[in-house]
Amino acid sequence: MAEFTMPSLGADMDEGTLLEWLVGPGDLVHKGDPVAVVETAKSTIEVECFDTGTMTELLVEPGTTVPVGTPLALIGPTEERHPVRQVPKKARPTEPSAPTSPPPEPAPVPVSVPSAGSRRGHIEAGPLVRHLAEHSGVDLETLHGSGPGGRVTRTDVEAAAAARAAPRPPRVRATPFARRLAAELGVDLATVTGTGRESTVRAADVRQAAPGPAAPASPVPTGATPLRPSAQRPSAARPSKDRAAAMRQAIAGLMSRANRDIPHYYLSTTVDMAAAMDWLHEHNRRSPVGERLLPAALLLKAAALAAREVPELNGFWTDDHFTAGEGIHLGVAVSLRGGGLVAPALHHADTMTPLQLMTALKDLVARARAGRLRGSEVSDATITVTNLGDQGVETVFGVIHPPQVALVGFGRVVDRPCAVDGLLGVRPVVTATLSADHRATDGAVGARYLTAVTRLLQNPEQL
Amino acid sequence: MGVDGTHEAKTTYREAMREALREALRSDDRVFLMGEDVGRYGGCFGVSLGLLEEFGPERVRDTPLSESAFVGAGIGAALAGMRPIVEIMTVNFSLLALDQILNNAATLLHMSGGQLPVPLVIRMTTGAGRQLAAQHSHSLEGWYAHIPGIRVLAPATLEDARHMLAPALADPDPVLIFEHGSLYNVSGELLPPDAPVDLDHAAIRRPGTDISLITYGGSLPKALAAADELAAEGISAEVIDLRTLRPLDDEAITASVTRTHRAMVIDEAWRTGSLAAEVSARIAEGSFYELDAPVERVCSAEVPMPYARRLEEAALPQTADIVAAAHRAVD
Repeated sequence: MAEFTMPSLGADMDEGTLLEWLVGPGDLVHKGDPVAVVETAKSTIEVECFDTGTMTELLVEPGTTVPVGTPLALIGPTEERHPVRQVPKKARPTEPSAPTSPPPEPAPVPVSVPSAGSRRGHIEAGPLVRHLAEHSGVDLETLHGSGPGGRVTRTDVEAAAAARAAPRPPRVRATPFARRLAAELGVDLATVTGTGRESTVRAADVRQAAPGPAAPASPVPTGATPLRPSAQRPSAARPSKDRAAAMRQAIAGLMSRANRDIPHYYLSTTVDMAAAMDWLHEHNRRSPVGERLLPAALLLKAAALAAREVPELNGFWTDDHFTAGEGIHLGVAVSLRGGGLVAPALHHADTMTPLQLMTALKDLVARARAGRLRGSEVSDATITVTNLGDQGVETVFGVIHPPQVALVGFGRVVDRPCAVDGLLGVRPVVTATLSADHRATDGAVGARYLTAVTRLLQNPEQL
Repeated sequence: MGVDGTHEAKTTYREAMREALREALRSDDRVFLMGEDVGRYGGCFGVSLGLLEEFGPERVRDTPLSESAFVGAGIGAALAGMRPIVEIMTVNFSLLALDQILNNAATLLHMSGGQLPVPLVIRMTTGAGRQLAAQHSHSLEGWYAHIPGIRVLAPATLEDARHMLAPALADPDPVLIFEHGSLYNVSGELLPPDAPVDLDHAAIRRPGTDISLITYGGSLPKALAAADELAAEGISAEVIDLRTLRPLDDEAITASVTRTHRAMVIDEAWRTGSLAAEVSARIAEGSFYELDAPVERVCSAEVPMPYARRLEEAALPQTADIVAAAHRAVD
């Protein structure tokens, strides 16, 4: 019997409020499934389960604030479940459901099927059903049979086929220019109110939505989708003023500690971005709007790959020694609309393509601003990048996020006169900075890191 | 008119055109003018009035009423080394010579493997607005702009009327010049050219930031008037004068749409299959991601041009139509 406890979601958290259970007693959970929503001073976070088993007992009522480490629920061995409700693997983002109710109409696991493993062996289905499934491209193994003995019926197949063909969320009506502008400014068109004919979103609407506060962005579905879409979160109900104050307090505490405890050293270099920008423009010209990249994608990728080359900067300073991070989990500083800052992690950023990074970044920013980050994202970052380029500054020297040992800063890509091959030319350049923990590394290591970033950005096609 | 160095402040489109012809006849003795009534009658719109007296019947030649014959003769003369300027009364009648223009003038260079250039200039009147009814009032220049192998010009200003003829004559290929009938009486001060008129570039007649009004020829004054009205309402319209209908200046169109993000094409031709259609398609091809509103088109009603004045006005694109279309795009 394992305990599911209130996790520490970052160095600045000592207690948290359980807002909501995403599972109920008797539910089967897997390691990594989001099971509860916890509110910290900074954000509302979906907490993943650390064990696989059955939720036997929920110990804490939603709304209760408990210290880190307090048991929240008990998880029993898998065999104990009976009857079992399977936690659906896939979110259904368009299906409305009350935030605290269990998933509606859970498909019952057939009684005749003892375990998830053996179920794949044989599917109870008649020839007509098999033919229908084949015809409509439905994989029988993914279906829960509703017929006698768990048999897959014709209705099941038809329902699955219909669900696949279900209309996607309606395409936002926007002008081509507005669409392009939204992509450039990182504005989610779904959140913009159109003022054109038939509510078409126009450039002016996008510009208006870009800097100011807007409706929370809806999350982009990814492989690890939360159980329920964040749009249904009653986030507006929370008093935002207290919230902002609490967040300020949390940031104040953490940053004071960082500046007090961490002897920072700072390095800065100017990176020639000509090759990177050329590549980016070429890529964007060839790509549909949804796949266009911002310079940030390349900068993040370069920062991640450089961290792989210089592992001394990728990890944590705890108990007076350095522990290297397992994987490159790039923390990304995201400023929130109501003020404040979070730095959730892009897991294994060094293995992602720039396009994947871009998609992941959009998703992360949207969820950060909607207050729907996941626990692992909040606590796992091994090195943080702050990119204030879109705010117009050229150089940012950041404060390290404890217990990490380094923070990379990128400014705006600007055209500057620059000596190239003995001649003066105008080149796009970006200032890359490094704030690093002098306890963990010395300047030479930091210099190697920035040199690696510079070198990587000269071969953008290899990023 | 500015004969022998004397300078008049005001001139008309008709006089500017005549001055251009006079200059061409004077400066190159290979140049001659021919067409119906261009000599003794002075041209049916009075453009060549006085030229017969000045240059004689060898250089200013009246022709029989056979467009196919005298356009064909012009092609032959051009092939033989002359620089003929052929006048056709209206674009409607030019269809009688379409075989010569399309099958001979436009194709001979290609079909002779580059050996037979046809340095011919054909002038003709186009457009409505003068109660001349259907057979004298249509705007078919878009049909000619369809044809590869010729250049199609539409001078809309005094300056272009005065200065486009010389480079057209210098062009080794056939050039068609469309003069909108309503422009002949337009008067104003003829500004000296600050540069040789080139036949490759559109002109920004009025810069603006909110919408591009793309037009040419007889619709230019209406577009400018509409831009004035729009400016009074706080809408900054950019007016692009295409000037050359073939080849189209894609760069100018793209650059303007990139500035304004909204586009309207004003074309006195019928909308279906028109030059306005071509320009709209090019905007969609080249500037799609710049568009913040659908492309608007203001064209003539798809009817044979009526004789009755009110009906003719109703059939033609008017300033109010342009203003209304601009509101659809901008509001």
